[in-house]
Amino acid sequence: MNRLDALRGSTPQKPHDARAIAALAANPGCTRRALLDGAGIDKDAAARHLGFPAPFGQSPFAITRGNAFESLVKADGCAELLRMLRELLGLPIAEVAYHDVENVGAHLRHAHTRALFDRAARDGDDAGTVYDHPLLSLRIAGHTAYLEPDVVAFQLGGRFHIVEIKSFAVIDGQADPAAVAAAARQAAVYVLALRRMLAELGHDPLRVAHDVVLVCPENFANRPVATLVDVRRQLGVLERQLTRMTALDRLLDGLPEELTFDLMPGEDGLPTRPAAELADALRRATARYAPDCLSTCDLCFFCRDEARQEGATDLLGRHVRDELGGVGSVGEALGLADGTRAPGEGQEEIARLLRNAERLRRECLA
Amino acid sequence: MTEQAAARAIGPAAGEAGPKPAPGPEEVIRRVLADLPRHRGVVVDSPPGAGKSTLVVRAAAHIAGTGEPLMIVAQTNEQVDDLVGRLCERHPHLTVGRLSASGYVAPRRVLELPGVTVGTRVQDLGDPDIVIATADKWAWIAGRTWPWAIVDEAYQMRSDKLLRIAGLFDRALFVGDPGQLDPFSIVDGDRWSGLSWDPLQSAVSVLLRHNPDLPVHRLPVSWRLPASAAPVVSRAFYPFTGFRSGTGPGERRLELATGGMGTVHDRALEEAARSGWALLELPNRHTVRTDGEAVQAVAQLAARLLQRGAVAGSEQGERPVTADRIAVGAAHRDQVAAIRNAGLPPEITVDTANRLQGREYDVTIVLHPLSGRRDATAFHLESGRLCVLASRHRHACVVVARAGIAELLDAHPSAEPVQLGVPVKFPDGWEANQSVLDHLAAHRV
Amino acid sequence: MSLLTSLARLRALDEGIAQPIATVRHCHLSARPMVFVPLKLSGEAAAPLAAVLGTDRDRPHLLVVTQPRNRDLRFAWAAELAGVLLPYVEGFLSDTETVERRNADPYERALDAPQLLVPNTAGIAFTRLLGRSTRFRRPDGPYPVPETVPLLGRWLTYFGERAAFPGSSLMLAATEELGRHWASGQSGLEDANLAALLGWITEGPADDAEDPLIWPPAGPATDPGFDAEVLAPAIESGSAERITEALRTQLEPTWRLMWQAVDLLAGLPEGASVAQRWEQDRGSFSGMAAQIAEGAPPQARRDGAVAAASRLARMERAQAAYEVQRAYDDPLVMAEYRLTGEAFAGEVVETDPAHAEGEGRSRKLRPLVVVKTDDPVRLAPGTALGTPQRRGQGAELVSAGDGLVTIKITKGMGRGRTPTPGAVPEVGERVCYSSLTDDFQGSATLPEAEATPWTHGGPPSAYVPTDDDAQEEWS
Repeated sequence: MNRLDALRGSTPQKPHDARAIAALAANPGCTRRALLDGAGIDKDAAARHLGFPAPFGQSPFAITRGNAFESLVKADGCAELLRMLRELLGLPIAEVAYHDVENVGAHLRHAHTRALFDRAARDGDDAGTVYDHPLLSLRIAGHTAYLEPDVVAFQLGGRFHIVEIKSFAVIDGQADPAAVAAAARQAAVYVLALRRMLAELGHDPLRVAHDVVLVCPENFANRPVATLVDVRRQLGVLERQLTRMTALDRLLDGLPEELTFDLMPGEDGLPTRPAAELADALRRATARYAPDCLSTCDLCFFCRDEARQEGATDLLGRHVRDELGGVGSVGEALGLADGTRAPGEGQEEIARLLRNAERLRRECLA
Repeated sequence: MTEQAAARAIGPAAGEAGPKPAPGPEEVIRRVLADLPRHRGVVVDSPPGAGKSTLVVRAAAHIAGTGEPLMIVAQTNEQVDDLVGRLCERHPHLTVGRLSASGYVAPRRVLELPGVTVGTRVQDLGDPDIVIATADKWAWIAGRTWPWAIVDEAYQMRSDKLLRIAGLFDRALFVGDPGQLDPFSIVDGDRWSGLSWDPLQSAVSVLLRHNPDLPVHRLPVSWRLPASAAPVVSRAFYPFTGFRSGTGPGERRLELATGGMGTVHDRALEEAARSGWALLELPNRHTVRTDGEAVQAVAQLAARLLQRGAVAGSEQGERPVTADRIAVGAAHRDQVAAIRNAGLPPEITVDTANRLQGREYDVTIVLHPLSGRRDATAFHLESGRLCVLASRHRHACVVVARAGIAELLDAHPSAEPVQLGVPVKFPDGWEANQSVLDHLAAHRV
Repeated sequence: MSLLTSLARLRALDEGIAQPIATVRHCHLSARPMVFVPLKLSGEAAAPLAAVLGTDRDRPHLLVVTQPRNRDLRFAWAAELAGVLLPYVEGFLSDTETVERRNADPYERALDAPQLLVPNTAGIAFTRLLGRSTRFRRPDGPYPVPETVPLLGRWLTYFGERAAFPGSSLMLAATEELGRHWASGQSGLEDANLAALLGWITEGPADDAEDPLIWPPAGPATDPGFDAEVLAPAIESGSAERITEALRTQLEPTWRLMWQAVDLLAGLPEGASVAQRWEQDRGSFSGMAAQIAEGAPPQARRDGAVAAASRLARMERAQAAYEVQRAYDDPLVMAEYRLTGEAFAGEVVETDPAHAEGEGRSRKLRPLVVVKTDDPVRLAPGTALGTPQRRGQGAELVSAGDGLVTIKITKGMGRGRTPTPGAVPEVGERVCYSSLTDDFQGSATLPEAEATPWTHGGPPSAYVPTDDDAQEEWS
C-alpha cells in the first residue's frame, strides 16, 4: 500500500472533480493541504468533524438558477448553444450535429467518449458536432479522476473546443474577474484531459483549442452570450501542479511512518475517530495558513485557529508577513518594536524599522 | 478582434509551425521603410538593444528626405535629448526643433548643436524638418498637423496619451520593446478592462486592436546583449518571437586587471567575466525589502568591480569599465535608496527597473526582485521588471539573491483574476522567472 | 498598506482591540446621511430582494420584493426605492450658491449634497448594477415601468460611479471608511465583514461576527443557510408577510451596525481638507442634476475612448491630491512617509531668515532653516518640499545628515528683502517637511468624442437609446 493510501486509511477516497483539481494551485506551499488532496481525503468532512465546518455554502436559489440556465442553453439539442457557436467559431449553419454521449449509459460513457473523439479526430473533415455529457479522465497522484465537461464542440477543420456554461452574468462585456478565473481554471482541466486523451490515441493534442467557450447570461436577462477565454496560463499552472502531485513522497519523508488522517467512518459514513486525535495528526503536517484560505480551503477555520493559538503573523495576510521579513510571531514582532526583545541574527533591519514605526506611532498618538 | 489579430498581438498560437527563417536586420529596416507610405501605421517591435534608436534616426532621415515635415514623440525629456543628439550627429544637414515645457532647461549638449532650435511653442522653432518633444508636451500642441510621426517607446506609452496626440499626424511609425514594463496607473482601471480603447493599455495594444491589419515588424538582432545573454533573455521574455545577438561567443570580453582574493564577491565577478552571468546567492532567509546583507553585497560587488580594473573588450575596441558604465538595478525605490546609502561612487547609476528602461551599461548588478521574500505579488513577478533588469548589459550581469526563490515559485498560489476580452499577455511572469532562475543556477557562487 | 499599519494590526491583535491609524476623519460625514442596506437574490446579477434605508435611525424604511420571482414586483420595488431616495436627493437642489469660473459661465452649486452609506464595497457594486438595470427603462412603450425608475437608475449609477472617485464622500462603504481609520487585528479580507470589523473597534473580536445566525451578512448577498431554511420555504408559502418578516431579521442587525459606524466616524474630528473635497462633491452633484434637468440621455453602458481618458485623468489627479491632503491633514498618515524617508519632522535648531542667493537684480530671498530630526531622511539635495504647517510654502532640501537637515524656503515667504513675519519657523518650533506636494500639472485637453482619432477606432456612432435597451429582460 502506498503511503498516501495509508494516510487515508479506511476513509473512502473522495474522487477529484475538475473544481478540486483546479484548486490544487490555490496554496501549493501548504503541506497539509497537498497531502489531504493527494490522498483524496474529504477535507469538508474532516473540517466538520474537527468542529470547524467550512464557511462555504450555496444558496438553493443560486443552484436553481444555474440549473435553469444550463437547461436553457442545452434545450432542444443545444439549439441556443449552436446559434452562438456558429457565430463564435464559424461552425457551418446546416451541418452541425448534436451528439449526447449520455445516451449510452453511465458505465460506458468514458469508453464511448474516447471512441467518438478518436473518430472525429481521424476523419477531420467531419462536420461540426456538439458533444453533450462526454466523460474524460485524468491521472492525478496515481489515481484516475473522471471529469464531466459541460459540452465539447468539434469544429469543422478539426479543432475541439471545451464549452463551459456558468450562470454568473456578463454585463456590458464584463464579468466578475474572480468568477471568470475560476471558470478558466476549471475549463483548463478539461482541455488538458482531452489533450491527453487525444495524445494517447495518437492524435495531435493541440487540436484541442486553448480558447474555451464561456457561456453566461448576458446583462440581466436569461439570454446566453458566448465569449472565448484563453486558458494557456491556467494550463501551465495546472501541469505544474499535477507534476507536483506525483512527487508528494518528499513531503511524507519528514513525517512518522504511522501517521494517518483516517477519519474512520462508521457504518453511517460519519467519522468515528476522536476529533482531538485527528487534529493532532493533522498538525503534524505543516499548514501554510493565509487569509486567502478563507475562500479556497475547507479546512481554513481549523488552520486559522491554529495560527491564532500560535500567535502567527500569517493571520494578518501574506503582505504583512512579507513586510515583517522573517518575523513569524506577533509577540516577537511587538517585542522588537518596543525594544523589549533584542533582535536575533538577521533581524537587525526589521527591528530598526519596527522600533522606528513604534516611535512614530507613539509620537503621533501622544 | 478577430482570432488572428488576437494571436498576433500575443504571438503565434501554440502548435503553429515554427517561424520561417527570420530576415536580417537590414532587410527588416528596408521593409519598414517600404511599408511606411503603404500603411497608416507601422509597428516595429524591438527587443533590448536591437537598434531601435538607429531605426528611428534612419526612418526620420528617410522621411525628411521626402521633404515632408515629421514629428517625433518620445516619452521622457532624456529620450528626446538623446534622439536630438543622435539625429544631428548622423544627419547634420537636418534642422531639428526641440519643443519643451517652460520649466525645462535643455542640456548644453543639445543647445550647442547646429541646426537645433529649442522652444516652448511650435511658432518659435522656425520651420524645421523635424519637430521633437515628449508625448506630454505634444498633448498641448494644437492648430497644426504633420503628415508623418514617429512614436518612440510606444509600448511604454499609455494609450490615453496617444489619444491626445493622434490628431496631430496622418501616418505614424510606432517603435518600442514589448517585453519591458507595461504602463500603469495609481487608480484602479477595472471599469475599462476589455474595452479596445482601455486607456491603461499601451499605445500599441490599442492601435493594433483598432487596426489589426497594420504590419508589425521585428528587429531580429540585439547589438547590446552579448551572445551569453541574448538566448537567455529571448527564451524567457520573447518566447514566441525570439532574437539573437549581433556578436558571437567570445566577441565580448570582460577582463579583470587585478587578481582576486577568493571572496564570494571576487568569485562572482570572475564568473560573470568568464560567462556573462553570475548569481551571488546569500543564505536562505526571509528578510525585509531593504535586506542589509543583500544591499551590502550589491555595494561590495560594484566597488570591487571598479577596484579590479575591469576592461571591456568588444567590436568597439577595449575600454575600461568606469563607474558610469555600471548600473545597479532593484525593484523598489526604498531598495534603491538603501543601496545608494551604502556608499557607492555617485557615477554609478542606481535605479529601479522602471527608470532603467531603455538604458545600456557594460556591467549591471541586480538585486533580484524575489530575494528574501516569502510570497510574491504580481508586482514582483511581472515579467517586464525582470526583463528590464536582465537586459541592460553589454558584457555581464551579476544577480544578488537570497537562496529560496525556487521554493517561493514552487509554492506560489495561482489565483489571478481574469478579465473578459483582455488578450492574455505572454510570457507569464512565473514562467519567465523560472526560466531565468534555471539559467542562473549554472552560474551560482 | 505600510509597516505602520501592519504594526497597528499586530498591536490590535495583541491587545484584542483595534488601534487608530488616523487622528482625524478623512471623509465628509453628512448631518443627514442616507443609510442604505440592500439585499439581492442569490444567483442573480442584480435582482433586488429587499432593502432597509433612511436618514433617521429610529425610522428605517423596509422595502421588500414580496415575491422575488415576480419581475413586475421588482420594478414596483424599484419605484418604492425611488419614492424614498429621489425626494432625499432632490431635497438638496434648492439651496445653492453661485460659483464664478474662469473661462466659463458661473454656475449654481448646491450648498449641501446627499450622502449614501452602504455596508461594504459589494453594496456599492450592487448599487451600480441596480442603476445599470434601471436607467435605460422607459415609462412608455411595450414594457413600461413607473416613471421614477429610470431616474432612480441614473442617480444610482451616478452614486456608484462617484464612489470610485478618489476622495469623494457622496457614497461610502462603511467597512472601507472604518478600515481607513482603525486597524483591526485580523486581515484586510476579514475586515470586509462589517460586524467583525465593528467588533474589533468597539469591544474586541468575537467569533459571533462570522456566525450568520447571530450576525446575518451585511449584504447584498444573503446567507445560503437562510436562503435554504427560511427564505425558500417562505417564498413557497406565498405569504408576503412571512417573506417580509424573514428579510427584516436579516436587515435589522446591519441597520444598527451602520448607525454604530456613523457614530464612530462622527466621533473623529474632521480633517482640514475634507471640506474642500466635499465642495468638489457638491459641484459634481450639481453638475449631474443639471444634466438631468437639461434632458441629457442616461449614462452610456461603457465609457467611449475620450470619456475613458478624461475620467482617468480626473481620477488620477484626485487620487494624487487625496494622498497629499491626507498626509498633510493627519500626522499619523504623514508618519508613513517619515518611516520611508520621504518626509521628516523635528525641531528647528537654527535659522538664517535673511539668507539670499544671487546678486543685484537676480538676488533672491532664500531663508535657511536647520531641523534636527530622528527620522531616517532619504531625500536627495534639491528635492522640492512642502510643509503641513505652512501650506502655501515651497522649500528645497539643501543637505541632510547626522540627524540635521538644512532646507531653504523658496516660495511663500514674501517678496521683500526680509521674509514676512511668521513665514520662517522660529528656533524651537516643531516642523515637518515632505517631498509630497500638490503641484499638479493640469492635463492637456482631449479631442471631442466626434474627433476620436483612427488609432482609437475613429468617431463613435452616436448613442441613441433604443427600445431594446428599454425592454431588456429583467429575469
